[in-house]
Amino acid sequence: MVSLFAILALESCQSDKKSSAQITEVYQCPMQCEGDKTYHEFGSCPICKMDLKAVDNTLKKTINEGISDASIFNLTSQWHTEENQVIHLEDLKGKTLVMVMIYTSCKAACPRLVADMRNIEAQIPDNKIKDIQFVMVSIDPETDTPERLKAFAVENIMDDEQWTFLQGTESSVREFANVLSVKYKEISPIDFSHSNIISVFNAQGELMHQQEGLGVDNKETIQTILQVTP
Amino acid sequence: MKTQAFRLLLVLLVFQSVVFAQSEGMVFIEGSRYIPLYGRDSTVVEVKDFEMDIYPVTNSEYMDFVTKYPKWQKSKALKLFTDKSYLANWKNDLEFKDSEHPNSPVTYVSWFAAKDYCECQGKRLPTVDEWEYVAMADQTTKDARVKPSYNEQILAWYEAPRSNENSIGQNPKNVWGVHDLHGLVWEWTMDFNSVLITGESRKDVDKDSNLFCGSAAVNATDLMNYAAFMRYAIRGSLKAKYSMKNLGFRCVKDTNKIN
Repeated sequence: MVSLFAILALESCQSDKKSSAQITEVYQCPMQCEGDKTYHEFGSCPICKMDLKAVDNTLKKTINEGISDASIFNLTSQWHTEENQVIHLEDLKGKTLVMVMIYTSCKAACPRLVADMRNIEAQIPDNKIKDIQFVMVSIDPETDTPERLKAFAVENIMDDEQWTFLQGTESSVREFANVLSVKYKEISPIDFSHSNIISVFNAQGELMHQQEGLGVDNKETIQTILQVTP
Repeated sequence: MKTQAFRLLLVLLVFQSVVFAQSEGMVFIEGSRYIPLYGRDSTVVEVKDFEMDIYPVTNSEYMDFVTKYPKWQKSKALKLFTDKSYLANWKNDLEFKDSEHPNSPVTYVSWFAAKDYCECQGKRLPTVDEWEYVAMADQTTKDARVKPSYNEQILAWYEAPRSNENSIGQNPKNVWGVHDLHGLVWEWTMDFNSVLITGESRKDVDKDSNLFCGSAAVNATDLMNYAAFMRYAIRGSLKAKYSMKNLGFRCVKDTNKIN
Protein backbone atom coordinates (compact mmCIF):
# COMPACT_ATOMS: atom_id res chain seq x y z
CA MET A 1 0.00 0.00 0.00
CA VAL A 2 2.71 2.40 1.00
CA SER A 3 4.87 1.57 -1.98
CA LEU A 4 1.90 1.98 -4.31
CA PHE A 5 1.37 5.37 -2.81
CA ALA A 6 5.02 6.26 -3.30
CA ILE A 7 4.84 5.26 -6.95
CA LEU A 8 1.74 7.38 -7.47
CA ALA A 9 3.40 10.29 -5.75
CA LEU A 10 6.46 9.93 -7.89
CA GLU A 11 4.36 9.84 -11.00
CA SER A 12 2.56 13.04 -10.15
CA CYS A 13 5.83 14.73 -9.33
CA GLN A 14 7.41 13.95 -12.66
CA SER A 15 4.52 15.33 -14.61
CA ASP A 16 5.70 18.90 -14.21
CA LYS A 17 7.75 18.69 -17.39
CA LYS A 18 4.61 18.90 -19.46
CA SER A 19 3.89 22.52 -18.68
CA SER A 20 7.07 23.80 -20.27
CA ALA A 21 5.63 24.11 -23.80
CA GLN A 22 5.86 27.68 -24.99
CA ILE A 23 2.88 29.98 -25.34
CA THR A 24 2.39 31.55 -28.74
CA GLU A 25 -0.13 33.93 -30.21
CA VAL A 26 -2.86 32.20 -32.20
CA TYR A 27 -4.95 33.75 -35.00
CA GLN A 28 -8.27 32.70 -36.37
CA CYS A 29 -10.77 33.90 -38.99
CA PRO A 30 -13.47 35.93 -37.23
CA MET A 31 -16.12 34.17 -39.33
CA GLN A 32 -14.55 30.79 -38.62
CA CYS A 33 -14.77 29.85 -42.30
CA GLU A 34 -12.48 26.92 -41.64
CA GLY A 35 -14.01 25.93 -38.36
CA ASP A 36 -11.52 25.83 -35.54
CA LYS A 37 -8.48 26.14 -37.79
CA THR A 38 -5.89 28.55 -36.38
CA TYR A 39 -2.77 30.26 -37.72
CA HIS A 40 0.42 31.17 -35.96
CA GLU A 41 0.94 34.35 -38.02
CA PHE A 42 -1.22 37.33 -38.71
CA GLY A 43 -2.82 37.35 -42.19
CA SER A 44 -6.18 37.04 -43.92
CA CYS A 45 -8.61 34.17 -44.22
CA PRO A 46 -8.11 32.26 -47.49
CA ILE A 47 -11.87 31.87 -47.94
CA CYS A 48 -13.59 35.12 -46.91
CA LYS A 49 -10.41 37.27 -47.09
CA MET A 50 -11.14 38.92 -43.77
CA ASP A 51 -8.25 39.81 -41.47
CA LEU A 52 -7.46 37.09 -38.98
CA LYS A 53 -8.03 37.98 -35.36
CA ALA A 54 -5.94 37.01 -32.38
CA VAL A 55 -7.73 34.36 -30.37
CA ASP A 56 -8.48 35.31 -26.77
CA ASN A 57 -5.33 34.32 -25.00
CA THR A 58 -6.91 33.53 -21.68
CA LEU A 59 -8.91 30.69 -23.19
CA LYS A 60 -6.52 29.27 -25.72
CA LYS A 61 -3.33 29.67 -23.74
CA THR A 62 -1.70 26.58 -25.08
CA ILE A 63 -0.07 24.64 -22.35
CA ASN A 64 0.24 20.91 -22.50
CA GLU A 65 -0.54 20.52 -26.20
CA GLY A 66 -3.59 22.66 -26.60
CA ILE A 67 -5.14 22.25 -23.18
CA SER A 68 -5.82 25.49 -21.34
CA ASP A 69 -4.68 25.70 -17.77
CA ALA A 70 -8.25 25.62 -16.51
CA SER A 71 -8.89 22.27 -18.20
CA ILE A 72 -9.68 19.13 -16.22
CA PHE A 73 -7.40 17.26 -18.61
CA ASN A 74 -4.54 18.60 -16.51
CA LEU A 75 -5.47 15.91 -14.00
CA THR A 76 -3.11 13.02 -14.62
CA SER A 77 -4.85 10.34 -12.58
CA GLN A 78 -5.82 6.97 -14.06
CA TRP A 79 -9.36 5.62 -14.12
CA HIS A 80 -11.05 2.31 -14.88
CA THR A 81 -14.13 2.35 -17.07
CA GLU A 82 -17.09 0.00 -16.71
CA GLU A 83 -15.54 -1.93 -19.60
CA ASN A 84 -12.42 -2.34 -17.45
CA GLN A 85 -10.29 -0.14 -19.68
CA VAL A 86 -7.65 2.11 -18.12
CA ILE A 87 -8.02 5.72 -19.20
CA HIS A 88 -6.90 9.25 -18.36
CA LEU A 89 -9.43 12.05 -18.38
CA GLU A 90 -7.56 13.45 -21.37
CA ASP A 91 -8.73 10.45 -23.38
CA LEU A 92 -12.20 12.00 -23.25
CA LYS A 93 -10.93 15.12 -24.99
CA GLY A 94 -12.83 16.26 -28.09
CA LYS A 95 -16.33 15.61 -26.79
CA THR A 96 -18.59 17.71 -24.63
CA LEU A 97 -18.56 16.12 -21.18
CA VAL A 98 -21.53 15.97 -18.84
CA MET A 99 -20.25 14.70 -15.51
CA VAL A 100 -21.79 13.71 -12.22
CA MET A 101 -20.54 11.95 -9.10
CA ILE A 102 -22.62 9.08 -7.75
CA TYR A 103 -22.23 5.66 -6.17
CA THR A 104 -24.16 2.57 -7.12
CA SER A 105 -25.35 1.46 -3.70
CA CYS A 106 -26.97 4.85 -3.16
CA LYS A 107 -30.67 4.70 -2.45
CA ALA A 108 -31.68 8.31 -1.93
CA ALA A 109 -30.25 11.05 -4.12
CA CYS A 110 -28.37 9.10 -6.79
CA PRO A 111 -31.36 7.51 -8.53
CA ARG A 112 -32.72 11.01 -8.98
CA LEU A 113 -29.37 12.30 -10.20
CA VAL A 114 -29.20 9.40 -12.64
CA ALA A 115 -32.73 10.24 -13.75
CA ASP A 116 -31.67 13.86 -14.27
CA MET A 117 -28.77 12.68 -16.43
CA ARG A 118 -31.06 10.45 -18.48
CA ASN A 119 -33.54 13.27 -18.80
CA ILE A 120 -30.82 15.55 -20.15
CA GLU A 121 -29.58 12.87 -22.52
CA ALA A 122 -33.08 12.28 -23.87
CA GLN A 123 -33.41 15.93 -24.87
CA ILE A 124 -30.25 16.00 -26.97
CA PRO A 125 -30.90 15.63 -30.70
CA ASP A 126 -29.59 12.36 -32.15
CA ASN A 127 -27.05 14.03 -34.44
CA LYS A 128 -25.24 15.58 -31.44
CA ILE A 129 -25.13 12.55 -29.21
CA LYS A 130 -21.94 11.21 -30.78
CA ASP A 131 -20.10 14.39 -29.72
CA ILE A 132 -21.21 14.19 -26.11
CA GLN A 133 -20.06 11.87 -23.37
CA PHE A 134 -22.09 11.39 -20.20
CA VAL A 135 -19.70 10.45 -17.42
CA MET A 136 -20.64 9.05 -14.03
CA VAL A 137 -17.75 9.10 -11.56
CA SER A 138 -18.07 6.86 -8.52
CA ILE A 139 -17.36 8.40 -5.13
CA ASP A 140 -17.07 4.88 -3.72
CA PRO A 141 -14.15 3.36 -5.66
CA GLU A 142 -13.85 0.50 -3.21
CA THR A 143 -17.33 -0.88 -3.82
CA ASP A 144 -17.86 0.30 -7.37
CA THR A 145 -15.59 -1.99 -9.34
CA PRO A 146 -15.75 -1.99 -13.14
CA GLU A 147 -17.96 -5.11 -12.96
CA ARG A 148 -20.36 -3.44 -10.61
CA LEU A 149 -20.46 -0.26 -12.70
CA LYS A 150 -21.13 -2.33 -15.80
CA ALA A 151 -24.02 -4.11 -14.08
CA PHE A 152 -25.39 -0.75 -12.95
CA ALA A 153 -25.14 0.58 -16.50
CA VAL A 154 -26.98 -2.39 -17.94
CA GLU A 155 -29.63 -2.30 -15.25
CA ASN A 156 -30.30 1.40 -15.83
CA ILE A 157 -30.18 1.09 -19.61
CA MET A 158 -27.15 3.36 -19.75
CA ASP A 159 -24.85 0.98 -21.54
CA ASP A 160 -24.74 2.76 -24.91
CA GLU A 161 -21.54 4.37 -26.13
CA GLN A 162 -22.36 7.83 -24.86
CA TRP A 163 -22.34 6.64 -21.23
CA THR A 164 -19.10 6.13 -19.34
CA PHE A 165 -18.68 5.05 -15.73
CA LEU A 166 -15.39 5.67 -13.95
CA GLN A 167 -13.71 4.06 -10.97
CA GLY A 168 -10.72 5.93 -9.51
CA THR A 169 -8.78 5.68 -6.28
CA GLU A 170 -9.67 7.34 -3.01
CA SER A 171 -7.14 10.08 -3.69
CA SER A 172 -8.01 10.66 -7.35
CA VAL A 173 -11.73 10.79 -6.56
CA ARG A 174 -11.08 13.32 -3.79
CA GLU A 175 -9.05 15.42 -6.23
CA PHE A 176 -11.67 15.15 -8.96
CA ALA A 177 -14.43 16.14 -6.53
CA ASN A 178 -12.39 19.18 -5.58
CA VAL A 179 -12.13 20.22 -9.20
CA LEU A 180 -15.93 20.01 -9.42
CA SER A 181 -16.39 21.56 -5.96
CA VAL A 182 -18.34 18.47 -5.02
CA LYS A 183 -18.35 17.62 -1.34
CA TYR A 184 -18.86 14.15 0.00
CA LYS A 185 -18.44 12.17 3.16
CA GLU A 186 -18.58 8.49 3.96
CA ILE A 187 -21.31 7.98 6.54
CA SER A 188 -21.11 4.23 6.76
CA PRO A 189 -19.33 1.66 4.60
CA ILE A 190 -22.17 1.76 2.08
CA ASP A 191 -23.53 5.24 2.50
CA PHE A 192 -22.23 8.70 1.55
CA SER A 193 -23.70 12.14 1.71
CA HIS A 194 -22.70 14.24 -1.25
CA SER A 195 -23.51 17.37 -3.23
CA ASN A 196 -25.71 16.90 -6.25
CA ILE A 197 -23.97 18.73 -9.04
CA ILE A 198 -24.08 18.03 -12.77
CA SER A 199 -21.15 19.68 -14.57
CA VAL A 200 -20.75 20.45 -18.27
CA PHE A 201 -17.28 20.69 -19.81
CA ASN A 202 -16.46 21.71 -23.36
CA ALA A 203 -14.33 19.56 -25.66
CA GLN A 204 -11.16 21.11 -24.17
CA GLY A 205 -12.18 20.13 -20.67
CA GLU A 206 -13.08 23.61 -19.46
CA LEU A 207 -15.96 23.92 -17.04
CA MET A 208 -18.88 25.68 -18.76
CA HIS A 209 -21.84 25.14 -16.49
CA GLN A 210 -22.88 23.53 -13.23
CA GLN A 211 -26.36 22.56 -12.25
CA GLU A 212 -26.94 22.13 -8.54
CA GLY A 213 -29.73 20.34 -6.81
CA LEU A 214 -32.09 17.47 -7.49
CA GLY A 215 -34.87 17.49 -10.04
CA VAL A 216 -34.16 21.11 -10.94
CA ASP A 217 -34.95 22.62 -14.31
CA ASN A 218 -32.51 21.18 -16.84
CA LYS A 219 -33.06 23.92 -19.40
CA GLU A 220 -29.86 25.88 -18.83
CA THR A 221 -27.75 22.74 -18.68
CA ILE A 222 -29.13 21.49 -21.98
CA GLN A 223 -28.69 24.92 -23.52
CA THR A 224 -25.06 24.97 -22.51
CA ILE A 225 -24.50 21.47 -23.84
CA LEU A 226 -25.97 22.40 -27.21
CA GLN A 227 -24.01 25.64 -27.30
CA VAL A 228 -20.62 24.07 -26.72
CA THR A 229 -21.25 21.07 -28.94
CA PRO A 230 -20.62 21.99 -32.58
CA MET B 1 1.95 -18.54 28.75
CA LYS B 2 -0.68 -15.97 28.10
CA THR B 3 1.08 -13.32 30.14
CA GLN B 4 4.34 -14.09 28.38
CA ALA B 5 2.74 -13.55 25.04
CA PHE B 6 1.26 -10.35 26.33
CA ARG B 7 4.64 -9.16 27.55
CA LEU B 8 6.18 -9.96 24.21
CA LEU B 9 3.45 -8.00 22.50
CA LEU B 10 4.01 -5.09 24.82
CA VAL B 11 7.73 -5.10 24.12
CA LEU B 12 7.05 -5.26 20.41
CA LEU B 13 4.64 -2.37 20.61
CA VAL B 14 7.06 -0.20 22.49
CA PHE B 15 9.88 -1.23 20.21
CA GLN B 16 7.81 -0.46 17.17
CA SER B 17 7.01 3.07 18.20
CA VAL B 18 10.67 3.70 18.86
CA VAL B 19 11.82 2.25 15.56
CA PHE B 20 9.25 3.92 13.37
CA ALA B 21 9.34 7.35 14.92
CA GLN B 22 12.55 8.18 13.16
CA SER B 23 11.53 10.11 10.04
CA GLU B 24 13.27 13.45 10.09
CA GLY B 25 11.12 16.29 11.31
CA MET B 26 8.23 13.99 12.14
CA VAL B 27 6.89 12.34 15.27
CA PHE B 28 5.08 9.06 15.74
CA ILE B 29 1.38 9.29 16.52
CA GLU B 30 -0.13 6.19 18.04
CA GLY B 31 -3.58 5.61 16.59
CA SER B 32 -6.68 5.11 18.66
CA ARG B 33 -10.43 5.59 18.63
CA TYR B 34 -12.08 8.86 19.58
CA ILE B 35 -15.20 10.89 19.04
CA PRO B 36 -14.54 13.92 16.84
CA LEU B 37 -16.89 16.84 16.68
CA TYR B 38 -18.16 15.67 13.30
CA GLY B 39 -17.02 12.28 12.14
CA ARG B 40 -18.94 9.51 10.53
CA ASP B 41 -22.36 9.87 12.16
CA SER B 42 -20.71 11.89 14.91
CA THR B 43 -19.66 8.66 16.56
CA VAL B 44 -16.35 6.99 17.28
CA VAL B 45 -13.76 7.08 14.50
CA GLU B 46 -10.59 5.05 14.34
CA VAL B 47 -7.25 6.61 13.54
CA LYS B 48 -4.41 4.31 12.58
CA ASP B 49 -0.78 4.87 13.59
CA PHE B 50 0.96 7.52 11.52
CA GLU B 51 3.72 10.10 11.60
CA MET B 52 3.13 13.83 11.54
CA ASP B 53 5.35 16.79 10.69
CA ILE B 54 6.41 18.54 13.88
CA TYR B 55 5.95 21.96 12.26
CA PRO B 56 3.81 23.37 9.46
CA VAL B 57 5.60 23.79 6.12
CA THR B 58 7.52 27.09 6.07
CA ASN B 59 8.03 29.74 3.43
CA SER B 60 11.61 28.66 2.84
CA GLU B 61 10.65 24.99 2.54
CA TYR B 62 8.03 25.93 0.01
CA MET B 63 10.65 27.96 -1.84
CA ASP B 64 12.77 24.81 -2.19
CA PHE B 65 9.69 23.01 -3.50
CA VAL B 66 8.83 25.53 -6.24
CA THR B 67 12.49 25.70 -7.22
CA LYS B 68 12.47 21.96 -7.77
CA TYR B 69 8.95 21.81 -9.26
CA PRO B 70 8.52 24.99 -11.34
CA LYS B 71 4.93 24.09 -12.20
CA TRP B 72 3.97 25.36 -8.74
CA GLN B 73 5.65 28.76 -9.14
CA LYS B 74 3.42 31.75 -8.78
CA SER B 75 3.27 32.58 -12.48
CA LYS B 76 3.12 28.99 -13.73
CA ALA B 77 0.56 27.34 -11.47
CA LEU B 78 -2.50 26.17 -13.41
CA LYS B 79 -5.80 27.96 -12.98
CA LEU B 80 -7.46 24.62 -12.44
CA PHE B 81 -5.46 24.23 -9.24
CA THR B 82 -5.07 27.78 -7.88
CA ASP B 83 -6.95 31.05 -7.60
CA LYS B 84 -5.65 34.57 -8.09
CA SER B 85 -4.32 34.96 -4.59
CA TYR B 86 -1.99 31.94 -4.84
CA LEU B 87 1.31 33.01 -3.22
CA ALA B 88 -0.02 36.56 -3.04
CA ASN B 89 2.68 37.39 -0.50
CA TRP B 90 5.45 36.54 -2.99
CA LYS B 91 7.16 39.15 -5.13
CA ASN B 92 7.73 36.78 -8.00
CA ASP B 93 8.30 33.10 -8.74
CA LEU B 94 11.30 32.71 -6.47
CA GLU B 95 11.16 35.54 -3.92
CA PHE B 96 8.73 36.33 -1.17
CA LYS B 97 7.98 39.91 -0.18
CA ASP B 98 10.40 41.60 2.20
CA SER B 99 7.81 41.55 4.95
CA GLU B 100 7.76 37.74 4.94
CA HIS B 101 9.98 35.57 7.13
CA PRO B 102 11.55 32.40 5.78
CA ASN B 103 10.57 30.66 8.99
CA SER B 104 6.92 31.63 8.94
CA PRO B 105 4.40 29.05 7.80
CA VAL B 106 3.71 29.16 4.06
CA THR B 107 0.20 30.42 3.36
CA TYR B 108 -1.74 31.49 0.26
CA VAL B 109 -1.44 27.92 -1.03
CA SER B 110 -4.23 25.87 -2.55
CA TRP B 111 -5.23 22.35 -1.53
CA PHE B 112 -3.86 20.99 -4.81
CA ALA B 113 -0.48 22.60 -4.16
CA ALA B 114 -0.38 21.35 -0.58
CA LYS B 115 -1.33 17.84 -1.67
CA ASP B 116 1.36 17.76 -4.34
CA TYR B 117 3.95 19.16 -1.95
CA CYS B 118 3.34 16.31 0.48
CA GLU B 119 3.29 13.66 -2.24
CA CYS B 120 6.59 14.93 -3.58
CA GLN B 121 8.10 14.29 -0.14
CA GLY B 122 6.64 10.79 -0.08
CA LYS B 123 4.01 11.99 2.38
CA ARG B 124 0.37 13.00 2.22
CA LEU B 125 -2.03 15.50 3.78
CA PRO B 126 -3.63 14.39 7.05
CA THR B 127 -7.30 13.47 7.09
CA VAL B 128 -9.63 15.66 9.12
CA ASP B 129 -9.93 12.86 11.68
CA GLU B 130 -6.15 12.50 11.98
CA TRP B 131 -5.59 16.22 12.29
CA GLU B 132 -8.28 16.66 14.91
CA TYR B 133 -6.99 13.63 16.81
CA VAL B 134 -3.55 15.14 17.29
CA ALA B 135 -4.94 18.63 17.78
CA MET B 136 -7.12 17.66 20.74
CA ALA B 137 -3.97 17.20 22.83
CA ASP B 138 -2.42 19.86 24.99
CA GLN B 139 1.05 19.83 26.55
CA THR B 140 0.25 17.04 28.97
CA THR B 141 -2.88 15.17 27.83
CA LYS B 142 -3.83 13.38 24.63
CA ASP B 143 -7.44 14.44 24.89
CA ALA B 144 -7.54 17.83 26.54
CA ARG B 145 -10.89 18.88 25.14
CA VAL B 146 -12.62 18.77 28.51
CA LYS B 147 -10.11 21.16 30.07
CA PRO B 148 -11.36 24.75 30.11
CA SER B 149 -7.76 25.96 29.65
CA TYR B 150 -7.44 24.07 26.34
CA ASN B 151 -10.36 25.82 24.74
CA GLU B 152 -9.49 29.18 26.21
CA GLN B 153 -6.03 29.04 24.70
CA ILE B 154 -7.29 28.22 21.24
CA LEU B 155 -10.00 30.83 21.33
CA ALA B 156 -7.47 33.40 22.49
CA TRP B 157 -5.50 32.60 19.34
CA TYR B 158 -8.57 32.95 17.14
CA GLU B 159 -8.82 36.48 18.50
CA ALA B 160 -5.13 37.32 18.01
CA PRO B 161 -4.46 39.17 14.75
CA ARG B 162 -1.87 38.25 12.14
CA SER B 163 -0.51 35.20 13.89
CA ASN B 164 0.42 33.86 10.44
CA GLU B 165 3.38 36.23 10.42
CA ASN B 166 4.99 34.54 13.43
CA SER B 167 7.73 31.96 13.09
CA ILE B 168 7.05 28.28 13.59
CA GLY B 169 7.79 26.57 16.90
CA GLN B 170 6.91 29.43 19.23
CA ASN B 171 3.86 27.68 20.59
CA PRO B 172 4.66 24.89 23.06
CA LYS B 173 4.65 21.37 21.65
CA ASN B 174 1.78 19.13 22.61
CA VAL B 175 2.08 15.76 24.30
CA TRP B 176 2.84 14.08 20.95
CA GLY B 177 5.70 16.51 20.28
CA VAL B 178 3.83 18.44 17.60
CA HIS B 179 4.03 22.26 17.46
CA ASP B 180 1.67 24.92 16.15
CA LEU B 181 -1.51 22.95 15.42
CA HIS B 182 -3.12 25.86 17.24
CA GLY B 183 -1.82 29.38 17.50
CA LEU B 184 -0.31 29.94 14.07
CA VAL B 185 -2.39 29.17 10.96
CA TRP B 186 -5.31 26.98 9.90
CA GLU B 187 -4.20 23.90 8.00
CA TRP B 188 -5.41 22.06 4.91
CA THR B 189 -6.61 18.51 5.33
CA MET B 190 -6.93 15.79 2.71
CA ASP B 191 -10.69 15.40 2.96
CA PHE B 192 -11.68 18.94 3.97
CA ASN B 193 -14.39 18.65 1.34
CA SER B 194 -16.18 16.06 3.43
CA VAL B 195 -17.74 18.80 5.53
CA LEU B 196 -21.03 19.47 3.81
CA ILE B 197 -21.91 22.97 4.79
CA THR B 198 -21.36 25.24 1.83
CA GLY B 199 -24.02 27.73 0.92
CA GLU B 200 -25.45 25.60 -1.83
CA SER B 201 -25.42 22.51 0.31
CA ARG B 202 -28.43 23.82 2.14
CA LYS B 203 -30.45 22.77 -0.82
CA ASP B 204 -28.56 19.99 -2.47
CA VAL B 205 -26.99 17.63 0.02
CA ASP B 206 -27.99 15.75 3.10
CA LYS B 207 -26.12 18.43 4.94
CA ASP B 208 -24.58 18.57 8.35
CA SER B 209 -27.18 21.06 9.44
CA ASN B 210 -25.89 20.69 12.96
CA LEU B 211 -22.99 22.86 11.89
CA PHE B 212 -25.19 25.77 11.04
CA CYS B 213 -25.89 28.74 13.25
CA GLY B 214 -26.87 28.58 16.88
CA SER B 215 -28.40 25.14 16.97
CA ALA B 216 -25.06 23.80 15.87
CA ALA B 217 -23.23 24.37 19.09
CA VAL B 218 -26.06 22.79 21.02
CA ASN B 219 -26.04 19.60 19.01
CA ALA B 220 -22.28 19.17 18.73
CA THR B 221 -20.93 16.10 20.44
CA ASP B 222 -18.86 18.19 22.78
CA LEU B 223 -20.37 21.41 23.99
CA MET B 224 -16.97 22.69 25.08
CA ASN B 225 -15.51 22.38 21.66
CA TYR B 226 -16.51 25.64 20.10
CA ALA B 227 -13.01 26.03 18.64
CA ALA B 228 -13.27 22.77 16.74
CA PHE B 229 -16.68 23.85 15.54
CA MET B 230 -15.06 26.89 13.95
CA ARG B 231 -12.48 24.74 12.20
CA TYR B 232 -15.14 22.52 10.67
CA ALA B 233 -17.07 25.57 9.58
CA ILE B 234 -13.99 26.98 7.86
CA ARG B 235 -13.35 23.68 6.09
CA GLY B 236 -16.91 23.63 4.87
CA SER B 237 -16.49 27.05 3.29
CA LEU B 238 -13.29 26.25 1.40
CA LYS B 239 -12.78 25.22 -2.18
CA ALA B 240 -9.65 23.35 -3.18
CA LYS B 241 -8.25 26.10 -5.40
CA TYR B 242 -8.67 28.79 -2.75
CA SER B 243 -5.67 30.42 -1.11
CA MET B 244 -5.89 32.26 2.18
CA LYS B 245 -3.61 34.45 4.21
CA ASN B 246 -3.94 32.31 7.32
CA LEU B 247 -4.21 28.85 5.78
CA GLY B 248 -1.11 26.66 5.55
CA PHE B 249 -0.51 22.93 5.86
CA ARG B 250 1.67 20.13 7.16
CA CYS B 251 2.14 16.55 5.99
CA VAL B 252 1.77 13.12 7.53
CA LYS B 253 2.98 9.67 6.56
CA ASP B 254 1.68 6.17 7.13
CA THR B 255 4.02 4.17 9.31
CA ASN B 256 5.90 1.38 7.58
CA LYS B 257 4.61 -1.43 9.68
CA ILE B 258 6.31 -4.77 9.36
CA ASN B 259 3.97 -7.54 10.42
